Amino acid sequence: MYLLSLDWLLLLEKFVLILIIVFTSLGIALYTTFAERKVAAILQDRPGPNRAGPFGLLQPLADGVKMFTKEEIIPTHANKWLFILGPGLAMTASLMTCAVIPWAGTITLRGHQFPIQIADVNVGLLYIFAVVSMGVYGVMIGGWASNNKFSLMAALRAASQAISYELAMGLSLIALLFTTGDLSLGTIVKQQQGHWWNVVYQPLGCLIFFICAMAECNRTPFDLPEAENELNFGYHQEYSSMKLGFYLFAEYINMIMSSAVMASLYFGGYDIPFVDDAKLYAGSLGDWTALIQVGVLLTKVVMFIFLFMWIRWTIPRFRYDQLMNLGWKTLIPLALFNMVVTGAVVILKINHWHF
Amino acid sequence: MQALTQRVKQVDRKPMTLLERIYLWNIVKGMFITFMHIFKKKPTIRYPEQKRQFSSVFRGLHVLNRDEEGRERCTACGLCAVACPAEAITMEAAERLDSEEHLYREEKYAAKYEINMLRCIFCGLCEEACPKDAIYLSETFAPANFSRKGFIYDKSDLLIPNVKTESADFAKAKGL
Repeated sequence: MYLLSLDWLLLLEKFVLILIIVFTSLGIALYTTFAERKVAAILQDRPGPNRAGPFGLLQPLADGVKMFTKEEIIPTHANKWLFILGPGLAMTASLMTCAVIPWAGTITLRGHQFPIQIADVNVGLLYIFAVVSMGVYGVMIGGWASNNKFSLMAALRAASQAISYELAMGLSLIALLFTTGDLSLGTIVKQQQGHWWNVVYQPLGCLIFFICAMAECNRTPFDLPEAENELNFGYHQEYSSMKLGFYLFAEYINMIMSSAVMASLYFGGYDIPFVDDAKLYAGSLGDWTALIQVGVLLTKVVMFIFLFMWIRWTIPRFRYDQLMNLGWKTLIPLALFNMVVTGAVVILKINHWHF
Repeated sequence: MQALTQRVKQVDRKPMTLLERIYLWNIVKGMFITFMHIFKKKPTIRYPEQKRQFSSVFRGLHVLNRDEEGRERCTACGLCAVACPAEAITMEAAERLDSEEHLYREEKYAAKYEINMLRCIFCGLCEEACPKDAIYLSETFAPANFSRKGFIYDKSDLLIPNVKTESADFAKAKGL
């Protein structure tokens, strides 16, 4: 299978995997929009969308058709090239995160090992940081190119918010790295198999990471970039048709991806709780265990998404100064404290609990 | 200072306790409240399938009545149009011919009878003014329409079906 010194089987395998994962993520995101409306409705004692198809299940398709058939407007003085690039970048960045998430263990087909992960990069965590901070470029470019001061203001807010919360997020992850000693997501998930999940060792870090992930996704209570009463509609004010759809869609994919990252880092990833996965692989189930593992990871993701939505429909939006206070004066000191304590404990453990 | 009303409430301006300042606990409490709403009964009436019961005195769309022999009761006296505060009713009278005695009860009848449902305020004064029991307000309301013209209801929209010739339609209109 080596031709032109390229492993074609590997290429094909990865290509198929990318297709499956990207389209599954898109499909899940489609139904996340539906779930959001349904959850919002149920929490507010309403039935929610229930007209299109049984239980309104075709609603996302109807929304998609609506988005595509709307008139496409590009403002006269907008920078056309950047105006189109913005939503594309937001979408690309949010989809790129799924490359390093391990969806299941390794399966063996005709002697070949197929890990269910697009790329087990040994700097997986850094890759996620890089890609996530790319996502804010989509918002910034879109807000700037719209040639509208409200959009620009929203873009500025998005940028400052992303910077403030990425800092705390990074610090909370450093503490996690102390305990795992590895940047690769695949390794981090494998370490959690058969042991306690990382959330047990890093409860504070997990909480900080969760709050920061919410801020990174621009979800309420951190959705200042789209604060309607202050900024009309935020950075996508001038967008219409599917370009707007891309922005809204990117938010949901972001949400799925940060849920998946959080599940992988702190909640065992594809690890089936209370069951020894390695035994299942060796047992009669064999490689079908991978399917269960994907299901388990998706369940965890769905639970996190529900948590995101639940919080969104409970808490009002932060004021801008409250947001900055929380980020710089609360989360960063907490994350630093968490880091120092974790570091001390790790060193003590290496020294066999001698000072 | 003396309070202007007796309903004055003292605002609690105590500094926040530690638990409140942490803020997380209050979020958890709020989330518990929203979670409990999942199990609440939803008051929504799913309109086209379910319909709200109107009270028996509900004033809805008008009906032009007929007598027991299926003759139109209206004599185009114009009292309803005079009584109407919104000036929604117009009519034109005509004289009954000898051959039309089975159609109209009196010698004079309304050749044209129109109600503009956009002007009508459904007060029911026309119903009260009518000396011939010819106009009644039913228990339905005007459905949506695409044009203003569609809201001007003429005799063909208002007249109740004839008991004799269109008994099936009559029964349907009566809700029997």
